[in-house]
Amino acid sequence: MTSKAMSLSYLQGKNGIFSWIFSLDHKRIALLYLYSILTFFITGATLGVLMRLELLNPGKDLMEAQTYNQVFTMHGVIMIFLFIIPSIPAIFGNFFLPIMLGTDDVSFPRLNLLSWWIYIIGAIMALSTLLWGDGPADTGWTFYAPYSVKTGTNVTMSVLAAFVLGFATILTGLNFIVTIHRLRTPGMTFLKMPLFAWALYATSWIQLLATPIIGITLLMITAERVFGVGLFDPSIGGDPILYQHLFWIYSHPAVYIMALPAFGIISEILPTFANRTIFGYKAIAFSSLAIAFVGYFVWGHHMFTAGMSGTARIIFSVMTFLVAIPTSVKVFNWVATLYKGSINVQPPLLYALAFIFQFMIGGLTGVVLGALAADIHLHDTHFVVGHFHYVMFGGTGFALFGALHYWYPKMWGRMYNKLVANIAFVFLFIGFNMLYFPMLVLGLMGMPRRYYDYLPEFHVPNMISTYGSWILATGLLLMFGNLIAGAWRKREPIGRNYWKTGITLEWQTLSPPPVSNFDRMPVLPKNGPYDYDNKPEIEE
Amino acid sequence: MEHVSGFSLPNSGHNRDAEASKMGMWLFLFTEILLFGGLFIVYMVYRSLNPEAFLMASFELNVWMGTTNTVVLLVSSMTIAMSITAIQKGNRKLSIQLMVLTLVAAVIFMVVKYFEWSAKIEHGLFPGQAVYDNLPPGESLFFFLYFFMTGLHVFHIIIGSVVIGFAIHRTAKGRTTKEKYTLTENAGLLWHLVDLIWIYLFPLFYLIH
Repeated sequence: MTSKAMSLSYLQGKNGIFSWIFSLDHKRIALLYLYSILTFFITGATLGVLMRLELLNPGKDLMEAQTYNQVFTMHGVIMIFLFIIPSIPAIFGNFFLPIMLGTDDVSFPRLNLLSWWIYIIGAIMALSTLLWGDGPADTGWTFYAPYSVKTGTNVTMSVLAAFVLGFATILTGLNFIVTIHRLRTPGMTFLKMPLFAWALYATSWIQLLATPIIGITLLMITAERVFGVGLFDPSIGGDPILYQHLFWIYSHPAVYIMALPAFGIISEILPTFANRTIFGYKAIAFSSLAIAFVGYFVWGHHMFTAGMSGTARIIFSVMTFLVAIPTSVKVFNWVATLYKGSINVQPPLLYALAFIFQFMIGGLTGVVLGALAADIHLHDTHFVVGHFHYVMFGGTGFALFGALHYWYPKMWGRMYNKLVANIAFVFLFIGFNMLYFPMLVLGLMGMPRRYYDYLPEFHVPNMISTYGSWILATGLLLMFGNLIAGAWRKREPIGRNYWKTGITLEWQTLSPPPVSNFDRMPVLPKNGPYDYDNKPEIEE
Repeated sequence: MEHVSGFSLPNSGHNRDAEASKMGMWLFLFTEILLFGGLFIVYMVYRSLNPEAFLMASFELNVWMGTTNTVVLLVSSMTIAMSITAIQKGNRKLSIQLMVLTLVAAVIFMVVKYFEWSAKIEHGLFPGQAVYDNLPPGESLFFFLYFFMTGLHVFHIIIGSVVIGFAIHRTAKGRTTKEKYTLTENAGLLWHLVDLIWIYLFPLFYLIH
């Protein structure tokens, strides 16, 4: 190979649709995931805006109660199974994990491609429920028995779709674990791995060890519907609460599948823009594992009002409080990283700061819900909806946007308009908080979730919330428009290290990276991945 | 630092890495154990909720057929393990013969299973049949779990057989050798898991009285 062929980027070379959808290159697969996942995100967000529109005024505005049920179920299924569970690992994990480890691909490139195909098949199955029969499921994304067994809507297909999508998750997780164990560049010990890799490592274990449980549970729901058995029907000796246990044994750890990779992103963005080493590297690395571990034993907090012994409830409540410890260890370390740093305010940093602010609100409201007495009052109210969206959208969603803005120059070798990016950020930040903060208030006032109608006294906060959704939607349009428009902007020299202060290995290679990721051997900083005192010189 | 033309990384994801393949297989087996683990939890909870009904229903099962299948599977686990040892010693022919023996055992297992299931279906005990629908509470759960868990297990027998089929093919083509026998080894790992799950299913359904 000549040195010119070496510098051919992964975007050049083979062309045509088949060179993409059958590519074994982890970077191309990451982009496949990126485009498909963002498409579903926009679909899900549109459904969300429609729901807010229905809730603008009391009474029926836009849709019937049954339609509303189906819309919130579809919103949940799309956002959970098609967007947020795969999102950061499948996009940025796929793209940057091998580069950050200094290798040229994941351990099983073919499994990687297979996982995308499985994802697409699952997505088609989930969306196909729109087209036939009585329409998409109306159970909520939790598919609680016995209603999920009795309703006439297309629950079977939705459930099978979630089952299939689980395989894509498992394959990605399996691939990452083996990659991290086998393909680190010589000299990179576990404790010299970037924190994003650590976060992915913890996430992958959850993906691997929790997903099969939901797989089998959903298969049982399917079998129940197909054979009409009533596995969770008390009249023949079954137990509907058991379904809830099985569901949350997976779905609570799944919350950490969604959140941990976001923590990893923040741990990457902050050192780059504070231009100093991360504070408490080991604490951040091990707290990811601690969250993954404790996260297995807290599922009962979803069922405090469903019927459990007092002892069980107290244990689950205490375990839930324990999760707050490793999480706040991270937050304190992030803030300490900024302290005395030479801070360079750029769009990715803004998203990271918004993440910390919003995730704090999400996390602390989570502690409120974990308290037994408070939960009795707040269970199934809009407070839960507000809490969940603060964690997932305000947290993971904003981290994902931050990652997009952070790695954009590396992934495409181009740049977006920073001024527009900042304006879009302001819209997103204001819109987000206007949309979800009133939900916390509404929940405290006692407004239940999953109703298309409400009492007149809840009107004002609902109006504010809906106006917020419009601002948020504007922000999203601006942000995506700006990122897409980057493809047509005049090329500026990007160089290897666009932000100048990036220190992990992806900043040592070309932008966009060549097919085999590196055109020369990457150099590790002397004392760990964020050693700004011994930063390797990067020649262009 | 210099530009090296034709530079390639030492640690490539496209290199052959037997260790990685085996690690991947083990991780996959973890997920399988958890998959069945979910079912074992359901079985455990429902047995404790309906102890009498589960006991009555379990008398319907044919212990002799279950025992035969247990023996057949244990022997097949032995043959596949021997086949791996054979290829490690470079004896390809013996390795193939032992894998074929494993497949024969798989077929015997499924034939026995076929007769067992047909007998149940003849008695109307399959979900949706008349007798099944009128079973006392609890007993229908037992039979549902029986069909679901043994059915899922048979599905794994089929998948395992296909993988062993591939391993035979690769060995016959000479692509599996004394030095490169990861596929045979992974097929063996999968087969042991299938065997292991049956070792738990057998007492749970047939033996506990």
